[in-house]
Amino acid sequence: MDTNIATSNLKSEDYFINMGPQHPATHGVLRLLLTIDGEIIKKVEPDLGYIHRSIEKMCERDSYQQIVHLTDRMDYLSSHINNEAVCLTVENALQLEIPERVKVIRTIIGELTRIASHTLWWGVMGMDVGALTTYFYGFRDRELINDIFEETCGARLTMNYNIPGGLMFDIHPNFVKRTKEFIAHFKTKLPEYDRLLTGNVIFQKRMKGVGILTKEDAISFGASGPVGRGSGYSCDVRKHHPYSALDKVTFKEVLRTEGDSLARYEVRIQEMWESMSIIEQLIDNIPEGDVQVATNAVIKLPKGEFYQKVETARGELGVYVISTGTKNPYRLKFRSPGFSNLSLLNHIAVGGKIGDLVASMATLDIVVPDIDR
Amino acid sequence: MTNEALQNLISSWIPELEFTEEGSQFLNITVQPEQLHQLMSQLKTNSETSFDYLFCLSGVDWGKELGVVYHLESTTHRHIVVVKVQTEDRENPTLDTVSNLWLTADFHECEVFDFFGIIFNNHPNLKRLFLTEDWDGFPLRKDYVDEINMVIK
Repeated sequence: MDTNIATSNLKSEDYFINMGPQHPATHGVLRLLLTIDGEIIKKVEPDLGYIHRSIEKMCERDSYQQIVHLTDRMDYLSSHINNEAVCLTVENALQLEIPERVKVIRTIIGELTRIASHTLWWGVMGMDVGALTTYFYGFRDRELINDIFEETCGARLTMNYNIPGGLMFDIHPNFVKRTKEFIAHFKTKLPEYDRLLTGNVIFQKRMKGVGILTKEDAISFGASGPVGRGSGYSCDVRKHHPYSALDKVTFKEVLRTEGDSLARYEVRIQEMWESMSIIEQLIDNIPEGDVQVATNAVIKLPKGEFYQKVETARGELGVYVISTGTKNPYRLKFRSPGFSNLSLLNHIAVGGKIGDLVASMATLDIVVPDIDR
Repeated sequence: MTNEALQNLISSWIPELEFTEEGSQFLNITVQPEQLHQLMSQLKTNSETSFDYLFCLSGVDWGKELGVVYHLESTTHRHIVVVKVQTEDRENPTLDTVSNLWLTADFHECEVFDFFGIIFNNHPNLKRLFLTEDWDGFPLRKDYVDEINMVIK
């Protein structure tokens, strides 16, 4: 058959395909509308709002103590750090002197949260590219952290351990011992992660040179967290605007310059080592003292505007409060890391294949309730 | 750069700007809608300010006026300013887009359009991002009423 005639008569046409809202690789109810030409992606359009609860509108109705409870329903894998962000905003606005004990405990639990989030991410990351075993390894280690949380905070996921003015109650007597046991355990397990997945040839080929984001684009898209740092953009809030006890510890900001999926992957793996180092510096020296300072039953912030940023497991979370001096905020805006990180998905996926989109999206570590606040 | 130096430099570009540090930890600039794009573009491109990181873009309903608050940081100089713009037109509020300066503004301006109904001139793809196309009204406005779904205390 003369193939030349056959090809000259064929036309190609753009094709639309729905990915999600119920798709295992979108990790929640996120719908992507893909425009494809064969296997090549020409456009990725996220369709959001499937689980939008309008938390910002609810905040205008609620008291500051109540708002804390709404925040761990945003990025549920960084719930403790989200709570901390609102509490810090209120405490700074009221100029409360927070006990050192509170600051240290908040930082330790914050870093444990980061490790728990990254182990879950690592598990599903492997699953997204076809390595199911990682899922079980990741969840096995995360379970130990959840047990520590359960003992101290009473909950495993949405912890609500922070209140404006300190902590809900003191840590459990077993907290220090169990945290140390976990660190000792995880130090033997994290190298296994590398042996199992990082060095795997198939995995490397799926990740290397895929979904490249340059440093300039990362800044322009407002990328933060490991997504920004994988492109060599120094954006760690813990370094640039330290809060709680983070100014007392030494740790390295993990940076990679390649900007591809593998770089973002390696940043998260290294970050777990850094988080363990932060916990080790603090766990033996938790100062004695109160775990909360008294606040009024009805908290009224002074008239004005307040902004607080923290580093969640996904990047920079900002809390912007406009107060008119009443018991509710006049306007409260959450600048969520996932929303900005998702906006660059189209940029890094265009020109690649659908399989590469799944791999790139996994390294953005999207949590949909964080986007659909 | 200190807030004072920033204020001196920026006011030399556009004299009509209002500056205040009252009730906020940052330097606040209020700009008229007509001069918004000119100011933003200079804030980004001038090498002394180089505000290359737009870390928060929020819509606000001040009761009478609708507007947008931009939080800007420079990743080289590490200074921060807040730019505020307001419009009194509640029927057809229109502002210039900054999505050609910061790519992140693309999604954030869609969010503001979705919840406050502010239209951004020259935006490449302004659409409802979270709500459905046929949604009536703009929920984060203070005068929005939904008797069925809203719990009012």
